[in-house]
Amino acid sequence: MTDQATNVAAASSEAPAAPRRSRIRRAWDWYLEGHPVIVTGLAIFLGLVIGGIVIILTTPSVLHAWSNFFSDPWNAIKVSFDSVGAAYRAMFTGSIVDPSAFWHAVTTGQGWTGGSSVLTPMSETLTYATPLVIASIGVGIGFQTGVFNIGANGQAIMGGILGTYVGSMIHVPMAIHLPLTLLAGILGGILAGLIPGFLKAYTGAHEVIVTIMLNYVIVYFLTFVLLSTALEAPGSADGVSRTLDTSAQLPAIFGASSGLRVNYGLVVAIVVVIFAKWFLERSTMGFDFRVTGANPRAARTAGINNKLILILCFVVSGGLAGLAGVTQVSGVNHYIDTNFLVGSAGIGFTAITVSLLGQNKPIGIVWGSLLFAALSVGGRQMQAQTGIPYDLATVIQAVVVLLVASPVLIKEVFRLRGAKTSGIQLATKGWSS
Amino acid sequence: MHLELRGVTKRFGSLVANRNINLNVEPGTIHCLLGENGAGKSTLMNVLFGLLHPDEGEILIDGKPVVINNSGEAVRMGIGMVHQHFMLVPVFTVAENVVLGFEPTRAGFLNHAEADASIRKASEQYGLAVDPHAVVEELSVGLQQRVEILKALNHNAELLILDEPTAVLTPQEIEGLFEIMRNLKAAGKSILFITHKLKEVKAVADMITVIRLGEVVGEATPDMTEQELASMMVGRDVNLTVTKAPKVPGEPMLSVRDLVVLDDRGLPVVNGVSLDVHAGEIVALAGVQGNGQTEFVEALTGLRPALRGTVTLNGHDITNHSPRQILNAGLGHVPEDRQADGLVLSMSVQDNLVLNTPRVAPFARRGTRNLKSVRANAEERVRDFDIRTTSVDAPTSSLSGGNQQKVIVARELSRPLSLLIAAQPTRGLDVGSIEYVHKRIVQERDENRAVLIVSSELDEVLALGDRVAVMFHGQITGIVDPSVGREIIGLLMTGSQISDDSTVTVPANATTTTSSENPSEDPS
Ligand SMILES: Nc1ncnc2c1ncn2[C@@H]1O[C@H](COP(=O)(O)OP(=O)(O)OP(=O)(O)O)[C@@H](O)[C@H]1O
Ligand SMILES: [Mg+2]
Repeated sequence: MTDQATNVAAASSEAPAAPRRSRIRRAWDWYLEGHPVIVTGLAIFLGLVIGGIVIILTTPSVLHAWSNFFSDPWNAIKVSFDSVGAAYRAMFTGSIVDPSAFWHAVTTGQGWTGGSSVLTPMSETLTYATPLVIASIGVGIGFQTGVFNIGANGQAIMGGILGTYVGSMIHVPMAIHLPLTLLAGILGGILAGLIPGFLKAYTGAHEVIVTIMLNYVIVYFLTFVLLSTALEAPGSADGVSRTLDTSAQLPAIFGASSGLRVNYGLVVAIVVVIFAKWFLERSTMGFDFRVTGANPRAARTAGINNKLILILCFVVSGGLAGLAGVTQVSGVNHYIDTNFLVGSAGIGFTAITVSLLGQNKPIGIVWGSLLFAALSVGGRQMQAQTGIPYDLATVIQAVVVLLVASPVLIKEVFRLRGAKTSGIQLATKGWSS
Repeated sequence: MHLELRGVTKRFGSLVANRNINLNVEPGTIHCLLGENGAGKSTLMNVLFGLLHPDEGEILIDGKPVVINNSGEAVRMGIGMVHQHFMLVPVFTVAENVVLGFEPTRAGFLNHAEADASIRKASEQYGLAVDPHAVVEELSVGLQQRVEILKALNHNAELLILDEPTAVLTPQEIEGLFEIMRNLKAAGKSILFITHKLKEVKAVADMITVIRLGEVVGEATPDMTEQELASMMVGRDVNLTVTKAPKVPGEPMLSVRDLVVLDDRGLPVVNGVSLDVHAGEIVALAGVQGNGQTEFVEALTGLRPALRGTVTLNGHDITNHSPRQILNAGLGHVPEDRQADGLVLSMSVQDNLVLNTPRVAPFARRGTRNLKSVRANAEERVRDFDIRTTSVDAPTSSLSGGNQQKVIVARELSRPLSLLIAAQPTRGLDVGSIEYVHKRIVQERDENRAVLIVSSELDEVLALGDRVAVMFHGQITGIVDPSVGREIIGLLMTGSQISDDSTVTVPANATTTTSSENPSEDPS
């Protein structure tokens, strides 16, 4: 046996007799191999290009210039570029930083704080991304375990409700109150998650159906607690909750007077990312989760209790969704109303997309969340400044996700050889079970 | 069709899976590819079928160079392939599976009549009887194989690639397959046939090409002896028989009493089985597949509830305990279906090597895995068991079929056991690896472990077993010493009973030779 082993080593270590390649050539090869980072980058690029085409096709002034294309072709092209350029400039300066204002602030030392601080765009993007990262990681851990937790939004709302109860109706010092509020949020998410968890484990009910339906139930439950329980702010008639005590609020990082909304929820999110990385890559329980997700039968044979893993997965996934909800309340809103995380504010739904975009991995999810946050925050600025509707941001988000989810397309468009996406395939596998 | 490969080279990173392969397949012949696990046979076939693209070299069909970009093109050129691991849609019917990808349609709808007709025609022509309306997941493995062949033939394939088709078949099914292959050959089709069983090679092959470490090492003819073929393949002399010193068994380690187990449909497939496996003893459970062996093992390992009866391991009742508890009680289990139950293909070799022991020291401490020791463990196992992989980080799916099996065997044999249950432990392994796995199993026995082998290979049963238990229709029809010979075991496998005074109720002519050789057999 040993002589065979050495044979193999000899055969395999002998690299193909290729000439030494230059650094550029190797970079080009790396590009052609279709590393997920490359694929995602190209997807974003293509998303922006398609967004640009949509702008051209939907902006009256641009269309008008094109109708005069034959009399003045340059004008049509110029107007198109101007219009798309202005839109994306507004998006960039609105979500990341305005370079000229930034330079001004650096040279004069003014404009760092206040209502129109140069840091406001970044602060807004981070504020938006904070709960999104937390919820998406919850969804991603579910996906990696083969669990389709479509109920993250409902679980986040439950987290918000329980967090608001504890945050507004108990009055204790901050050192106790804030952790207690966050824990209450986690607990709310866990409770909401355990319903589909137990149903799936003990009756086989498919979690997708159960969680989708529960999302509706929880939205009505939200209305109920806001209209018919002590949570409703005294004297209000329109379903607004009491406001969280200051001791239960995640404080703004740069202080309340800075005008920057970015808050210590960001620290919570960072802790969650570190936890998730450890959990998935290093912990024994995370190992069991991944084994179960990748091959439930092999997991059972290896002595893993599938039912227990399923329920634990809903505990982790739901708990993180709940934490996302309470982070939103405690860090930004400070109260809840009947629109809390409803409709376009449904971070639990966006989390599903972001998780897929980030290949269900913590770091990927961070980038995905930042991208989505920037597009949303920047999209609003774009609408304000150029009149191009905010929905364009949604179009770009959708195109990017679509392209990342179908690497074959990117591969064809950019002539890459071997674009791989383990994450998405893994995530889309579990439907049949 | 005349097929020629010239200088085909295929690399995976730094690993050369095929190096400068030349191959000539004449029309109307059965051409056998022989080679160790990981020699590159499947890779070469995948290149031929357009699933992989060669880095160098060319493929010529009837003298003309062709480029095969994908399997659709291969099919259109008249190449059909039956893969090493089945690729059927379990919930589809036979007909739907066969036409999948090339559906005959009428007005945009699947034309069932035409699909059925083409299947019937092929069935009759080559003796491939199978009901077009049966749902695939309800068919036996042998019939599923037929569906695969029908599917491969459906587009007038002139060249049929069969990648280890016999690994999962019963001897009867294998005979049926050979009949089909001979019919196809008579119809002028060429067949590229891969197997590790030298007997089969000698039975059907017209031509043999031997591949080792990705290179053609020579041509062979079916009249060479198995020993010669084996040495050519492995590059050294292989001991095709198991050497096993006699050993006095110890106390019963596994005791099964009156076990009744139901199958998925609720019917008793194990019906009152009692069996003892002693420490330091190998009991081989023989029987035609589908007589309850699978469910029996599932019940012993906690994967399927036992309706009645008891299972005791080392004096502790483990009846209906969880798989975890039974593993902790010292069970090592090599499951029958390696890809479904034994491995997580998408995960790395090193993770698969600790799949059922992630929490055991030194692989983890207080809930955190120690990746260094997981890696060190993997490197050691890869060396000890000669697992051919580019690295321990490679996903297990990138390993050849036989090497995947070695990962499981390595994992199960490298922790302290009191009982080893191995179902089809050498399925898909090459002769060299079989030699090694058998040696390790005997070593387990010599170190006083109880070993239960489930195998449909009579050769393996006879070579390994200290005692042979034969299962038929959910019951043990006899427990005999392997030296009683093939005939008696074969008869037990078909339901003949053995009486208390150690004589078997069989025709006299079948027993004369064996009973004269072994006059005093103790069957219990
Ligand atoms: N996709 C892949 N990536 C990397 N290595 C691969 C890949 N596919 C195969 N290999 C390697 O190529 C070698 C040849 O594999 P192949 O599957 O062709 O072997 P085989 O001769 O069919 O063996 P077996 O008899 O065990 O099926 C093996 O070492 C295997 O690990
Ligand atoms: Mg193979």
